[in-house]
Amino acid sequence: MVKEITEIRNDFPLLSRKVYDKPLVYFDNGATTQKPQCVLDAVKEVYTTYNGNIHRGVHAMSDRTSEAYENARETVRAFLNASAKEEIIFTSGTTGSINSIAFSFGERFVRPGDEIILSTLEHHANIVPWQMMCERKGAVLKIIPVNDNGEILIGEYKKLLSGKTRIVAVSHASNALGVVLPVKEIIESAHSLGIPVLVDGAQGIQHGVVDVSSIDCDFYAFSGHKIYGPTGIGVLYGKQKWLEELPPWQGGGDMVERVTFEKTTYNQLPFKFEAGTMNYAGAIGLAKALDYVASTGREEIAWRESILLDYATELLSGIPKVRIYGNSEKKISTISFLIDDIHQYDTGMILDKMGIAVRTGNHCAQPVMDRLGISGTVRASMCFYNTTDEINLLGTGIEKVISMFS
Amino acid sequence: MDMNEIQDSIIEEFSLFDDWMDKYNLLIDLGKGLPLIESKFKTKDSLIEGCQSKVWLHPEFDGRIISFTADSDAMITKGIISLLIKVLSGRTPREIIATELYFIDRIGLRQNLSPTRSNGLLAMVRQMKLYAMAYQAQSAGHATQEQIEKN
Repeated sequence: MVKEITEIRNDFPLLSRKVYDKPLVYFDNGATTQKPQCVLDAVKEVYTTYNGNIHRGVHAMSDRTSEAYENARETVRAFLNASAKEEIIFTSGTTGSINSIAFSFGERFVRPGDEIILSTLEHHANIVPWQMMCERKGAVLKIIPVNDNGEILIGEYKKLLSGKTRIVAVSHASNALGVVLPVKEIIESAHSLGIPVLVDGAQGIQHGVVDVSSIDCDFYAFSGHKIYGPTGIGVLYGKQKWLEELPPWQGGGDMVERVTFEKTTYNQLPFKFEAGTMNYAGAIGLAKALDYVASTGREEIAWRESILLDYATELLSGIPKVRIYGNSEKKISTISFLIDDIHQYDTGMILDKMGIAVRTGNHCAQPVMDRLGISGTVRASMCFYNTTDEINLLGTGIEKVISMFS
Repeated sequence: MDMNEIQDSIIEEFSLFDDWMDKYNLLIDLGKGLPLIESKFKTKDSLIEGCQSKVWLHPEFDGRIISFTADSDAMITKGIISLLIKVLSGRTPREIIATELYFIDRIGLRQNLSPTRSNGLLAMVRQMKLYAMAYQAQSAGHATQEQIEKN
């Protein structure tokens, strides 16, 4: 059953609120998404009916929570179409996932002179952890260039691949521009040389069907709060063959098999990578969010978002003073733009007072801003619960900004 | 006018407007009257970098009062800077250090000066006070030096 838009919006309590006495137009979904009632209920249910620490107690509460937590892992596995639950590690979010892999992978596989390939489009969370690891290990970063539309130059990427390359880490879609990267082709080329690939899925997972077995990535990282789940929970998918090889990034409870002061042996996957009390309420909430997305229909969500993107692109392109950054065929429902020579901060401030929430600035992606020769943009990141009426309000807002600053 | 009288007059000026857009229009106009920093001073050293907008600030101390000139790449930020300069510029270091900037709160621009808004404004206020402290220490140093010489 396809849901009507009013029905979808009713699922998200926050969407009906007002700001400055105006209906909220929430176009900052790239930063974080709002939560459906079922997710809020699921988290509340943990704390009101069965809260107990996971994998520890002999009592009913602990058992029930552990079961719900492990069921959540299975939900994530199925959502990603991973081959085994052992490949799903819960983390604090995309940043946590990438930092962990950069650390462990670096410890195990990276030697002085080795190379790590990233793209110009990366979010700082997919740059800095690798840079820190390179400093520790004496390795160097190699960067895939992009054209003026923010599309990576795949030919240049292939030239960067060599016997020195240890890993490739690229985003599924650019958070700053919305441009989707050809991850399948990137992965195929890397694999032809036996090089693993990490995909930063922070802006990918929520916008369509992501099948890790089909794209064949070695690692996939994403955040719960960007796919209608709670904050503070994220996922690292890793192929079992890699996760078996990698050392743990944190030590503590639950990740161990046997501890003596002389030597500690580690627990099996996935627990080896889950030290300490995990954010189980977050994981359970995330599973509910994934269920919600699946029941709404991932194809349906992608279709709705493509209509919004087309509508917004046409509307904004029709305003003579607006320049869109990231004009590409394949995009998520994110539009990055500037108006004339009006500073993005001024635009954002005015839109905010009209009830329209956008993000302004460099979007934690300074290298791509530098590449485009700008200090930042205004970013409207839409998702399936947004409407064309809201895009019209954005259009009106932009006209207002132009009248105030030009 | 003393500093608080200026703050009060700003509060009065903004109280004439209920609508946010009118307040912003006023800020944009005020920004146009900002005593602009000379381009030779618009360097890395005078830049206060925020995540959202940039602010350049330059102090001149004549031994008694500090005069500030500034600029920003965003118009609204420029408007707020012009208000800060109206209140704090042309004052002695002691006055600048001691003054409490209550007008920001009263005209509803507090969110623009909160630590979570990384537009460089909070850093700018801090920087203005730091300059004042440095100049005060410097003048105090001179005084002591003079006293020492007298003795």
